[in-house]
This record gives sequence, structure tokens and C-alpha cells, in this order.
Amino acid sequence: MSYSVTDPSKRQKFIAGTLVILYALITMVPLVWIMMTSFKTPPDSISYPPKVFYQPSLEGYVNLFTTRTRVSAEKLASLPPPENFAEEIVRSRNMVIAGPSKFGGRFLNSVIIGFGSTFLSIFLGTLAAYAFSRFKIPLADDLLFFILSTRMMPPIAVAIPIFLMYRQLGLSDTHVGMILLYTAVNISLAVWLLKGFIDEIPREYEEAALIDGYTRFQAFYKVVLPQAATGIASTAIFCLIFAWNEYAFAVLLTSGTAQTAPPFIPTIIGVGGLDWPAIAAGATLFLLPVMIFTVLLRKHLLRGITFGAVRK
Amino acid sequence: MAEIIIKNLRKDFGDFTAVQESSFTIEDGEFFMLLGPSGCGKTTTLRMIAGLELPSSGEIFLDGEEISQRPPSQRDIAFVFQMFALYPHMNVRKNISYPLISQGMRRKDVKAKVAEVANILGIEDILNKPVGGLSGGDRQRVALGRAIVRDPKAFMMDEPLGALDAEFREHMSEELRALHDRMGATTVYVTHDQLEAMQMGDKIVVMNNAVVEQFGTPRDIYDKPASLFVADFIGSPSMNFISFNGSVAVGDTTVTLGNTCVTVPQQLSAHQGDLVLGVRPEHVQLRDEGGIRGKVGALEYLGTTQIVVLDTDYGEIKARVDADHPVSVGDQVSLSFIADTISLFDKSSGAAIRSVLNDGVIAHG
Repeated sequence: MSYSVTDPSKRQKFIAGTLVILYALITMVPLVWIMMTSFKTPPDSISYPPKVFYQPSLEGYVNLFTTRTRVSAEKLASLPPPENFAEEIVRSRNMVIAGPSKFGGRFLNSVIIGFGSTFLSIFLGTLAAYAFSRFKIPLADDLLFFILSTRMMPPIAVAIPIFLMYRQLGLSDTHVGMILLYTAVNISLAVWLLKGFIDEIPREYEEAALIDGYTRFQAFYKVVLPQAATGIASTAIFCLIFAWNEYAFAVLLTSGTAQTAPPFIPTIIGVGGLDWPAIAAGATLFLLPVMIFTVLLRKHLLRGITFGAVRK
Repeated sequence: MAEIIIKNLRKDFGDFTAVQESSFTIEDGEFFMLLGPSGCGKTTTLRMIAGLELPSSGEIFLDGEEISQRPPSQRDIAFVFQMFALYPHMNVRKNISYPLISQGMRRKDVKAKVAEVANILGIEDILNKPVGGLSGGDRQRVALGRAIVRDPKAFMMDEPLGALDAEFREHMSEELRALHDRMGATTVYVTHDQLEAMQMGDKIVVMNNAVVEQFGTPRDIYDKPASLFVADFIGSPSMNFISFNGSVAVGDTTVTLGNTCVTVPQQLSAHQGDLVLGVRPEHVQLRDEGGIRGKVGALEYLGTTQIVVLDTDYGEIKARVDADHPVSVGDQVSLSFIADTISLFDKSSGAAIRSVLNDGVIAHG
């Protein structure tokens, strides 16, 4: 067997692997439980002892997307046969579908506000970070500290002033208002993270582009941006996760048109008892976009694209 | 191609002066070396010519046009970076064609031009490879390709061989010089390696502490150094220096070192006080009738020659003699200097004292 000083031994690898798998299992149990619950029927979801093996059902998802009314047995019998699986499930509970729920709209709000504020944070953050990284800005260090200082208290500490401001400006319960708010919270993170990434990109690339006949902006756009893709991707994930999951401001500032999914999902509880499968279905669907976004950008997170291009 | 005239060029970064009023002329088609230790201002000078730094004062003329305040894209100068700075997200072909695309050249013409350049540099087979996996030499060639592809008025090269390993550097320096001769382009080349400068350059500017110390052909700079710094910086081993207190008058052909009389080139200006006599090791001869006596302290064998390190009354003196010259450590020998090669310097200012040897050369400095 070959022997290496730097490589871990088989036993070390085994122990490390076991620990990692154990940790992964522990962190994943709640997620898996939520996903499992979303496919249970309401009686299964509250049965004791908890059911690990059960007949899967889409009732949670149906309940999530619909509003329903209870009808009498005679009325139920007089209805034409159900047109789809959703109606079948609902009628088995002596109810009929009254219409769609608000979840679709709330989910769309989350998408618009989450991705909108992420885009804006990254757009402004990249420009600011580039300027801080490359140009001689008077008081640059103080400005950077000032930008960071916006994160030195929990954002919710300024909730009341923001609430009053937004009411005055007519930004309460609007998409623009929420996008601006989440951008304001995320921008300091974006500037600091991106400045670090842009500092790492050798200036020679831009200088080469300037010499090759491009303007400063073209050099930034065509040479720096592709180099910063890794940093931009990871910063975007952080920004999106914050904006996507934010709960407190969303509760405070939105109630209707711009309400996002996080404050909406718990309101399901109030509709006809504790409908855990519907809540779990909402939570499961809510997890998906961030998961997909992260998986799509994973390539950029892992690949050091400047590797080997410059000899250091 | 172009002539570049630098007039009183100066660059300050805050309180720090990177380049002090410098003036020199780079003639059309010349391979021009900016030589000096790190931090001497040579790279800043180069970057000012290319437009990557704007001078604090002074003028740069390219083909008669004053360009010192123009953006780099309007100067038509190519730049080869020490670290090559190939665009890492593009393959070799895209890297080379990038300057042409900015000019709005037609796709067909770009392709033909890139093919021509690839042929000159012998890199046709790697055109479609990403730049990440290339060897140092190939990266160097791609960087050169990107520079020559648009036929610029002049090339700026910032230690382009610095990132290569020693063995390959020699080969690449020949290739570079051959490429220069073929293109007939004006090339300005920054290096801290005096051998590289001597070997490749038509003209050399030696800089130190933001000041141009000397400007001339490699031969003039080696044989007729304008200052103690140049004499010390150029040549390996460097020039022997013997400090003495004395005086020279106009027309003198000897100086007195202690109790030895040394013949020197006829002096053209008078000086007295602390002086330095400089003589290159190959101009020190070991012979019986020599006036200075010394003891052999060490020998460095270099193949065709050997360096004899001598302890004398005037300090350590190194002599370069034939490898088969019979000498061994501990020998007592006499030495003499070849008279018409000796330079005298004023110790306090470091400047060479005018003599028939360096007349007309040091005026440049």
C-alpha cells in the first residue's frame, strides 16, 4: 500500500466521512419530515405515534392551492362526478372547491421581490465594489465602513421608522417598496463580498483591454464581469436567501398585493383547523426556488475560473 | 512604426516621486531597454508611454504627436504584461483577435489576420485551446500575438520574460529579438536584468531612484559608465572601485593612488577631493611588472575565464583572466590596469569625470 504524509489514512477518512454523514442526517431530518408531511393526509399528519410509512396523498397540495366549502351529504350526492383528482380528494372530506387560494399570488410576489432585490443588490453592489476596488475615492475606507455599519444592528430595529416612512411615501404593501427595502439591507453585504472578489482580479486584465482599444466600461463589462462570475454567483445566493426568507418586514409592511409567501404560509393554520399537510406543502414549494437557484449556480461557486490564467 | 520622444517626463504619486524629469529619444525601429533595479521608475515610465498612467508633467511624442494625456485606446501602442494578462475566459484565438474586434474589423479579415500571426509565432495548433492550460512559453507567444496582431506603432514590454524559467528565457529572448527585427517595430522593453538588456537592446536607459542615470548603446554604457551606479549595476562581477583622495587636472594622464602611479585616459576636467577609480575585472592584468601587489584570496572558475579575487592595499580587487592562467589561492601577484579603460568618478556626486574615454557620452546623462 502506498504511504503518503499529506493524504489522510483510510481510518481517518472513514471517521471523517461518518461524522459528515451523521451531521447531514441530523440537519436534513426536519426538511425530510416537512416534505413527508406535505404528502400525508391531515389525520396521518397528527397521528400518534407519528407515521413514517403511510399512503401518500396530494391533499396537502390541493388544500394549499384551493379554498373549500363544506356541503351537505344530499348536495354532495347531487353533484356531477368529480372532474379531476383535486375535486375527488376534496369531496371525500364532504367539501367542494370554492376557488383558488391566494398562495399562487403570494408565491409569485416572493419570486418578484426576491429576485428583483437580488438583481438590484448585485447590480449596484458590483458597480460600487468595482469603484472601491479600482479608483482612488476620497475617504474610501470611511465610506466602506459606513456601508458596513448599516448591518451593525438587526434591520428589524428600524422597523417602526421604516413603517412610518413607507406609509408616508406610499410604498407600503408594494413590490417596489419591498424590493428597495431588501436591496438596502443586502447592499452592504454585496459591496463587501464583491469588493473582495474584484480585488482578487489582476488589474492587468483591464489594462490589457484598455490597450486593446476598449473603453473603461467595456473593459469592466467584458473582462472584469466574467472574471467576477464566481463572486457574483455566491453573493447573489446570499442576497436571494435573505430576501426570500425574510419574515418580519414582510409581516409588518405587506398584507395584500405585495405579501410574500413567508407571512402567508402560517395564515393557512387559521383556515379550518390545523392543516399541517397544507402548511408543509407550502413550505416544500417555498424551498424549491432557492434550491434550484443554488444548484444552477453551484458550478460557478466551485469553479475557480481564473485558475492558471495568471502565473503568480 | 514610430519615433518616441520623452521630454521632462515626471510622475508623482502623492508625496512619492516615481519618475523625475526624464528625457530621452527612442528612434524608429529601435529595441529600447529601460533598465534599473526594482522601484526605480522604469515600469512607471513605460506605463506612461502606453497611457496606463498619466504623467504629472512633461511630454511624450509619438511620431511627432503629443500623446501624454490621451487614453491608451487612442495611442495605438501594444503592451505585453509581465504576467501576460491573457483573458482567462477566452481561448487563444479570441485572445489574439480581441484587439481587432474592438476596431470593428470584419470577421473574415480577423480570421485571416489571426492565422497570419499564429503562423509567425508558430502557435497554429493551440488556437482553439483555452489559455488556462498553456505552458509559460505558449502564453508568452499568445501575449505577443495579441500585441502584434493590430500592427501598432510601438510595443511596450514589461519584463515579459520575468515569468519564464531560466532555461526558456534565453530561447524566448532570441525569439523576441528575431520577431522585433522581422516586424521592424519600435519596442520599449523594461527589465531589471542587465544581461538581458545588454544582449537584446539597441539602446539602454539606466534608471535609479526615479532618475535617468545614463542613456546610450550597450557598449557605451558598459565601457563608459556615466555614474558609479551604472558602473556598479552593469557587468558581472561588477566594476572594481578604488577610493582615493587626490586631484586631477585638465590634461592629466596619471593619478596617484597612495604610492602608486596609475595611467588613466587623458582628463578633460579638473577635480579634487574624494575620487573613485573604476576598472572592470577583465581590464585587470596579472603580471610581474604591475605596480599594485596583492594576494590571491579566492578563485571562481567560469569555464572560459576565471575570476581571481585579490586582497590588495586598496581593498578587494577582482580580475577576470583566462581559465588556464596559472594561479592558485595564496599566491602573491602584481597587477596592472589597462590604462585607456579606466573611469574616474567624483565620490560625493557619483558622476563620472570627463576624460577622452567618455567624452560625448556622459553629456547625455
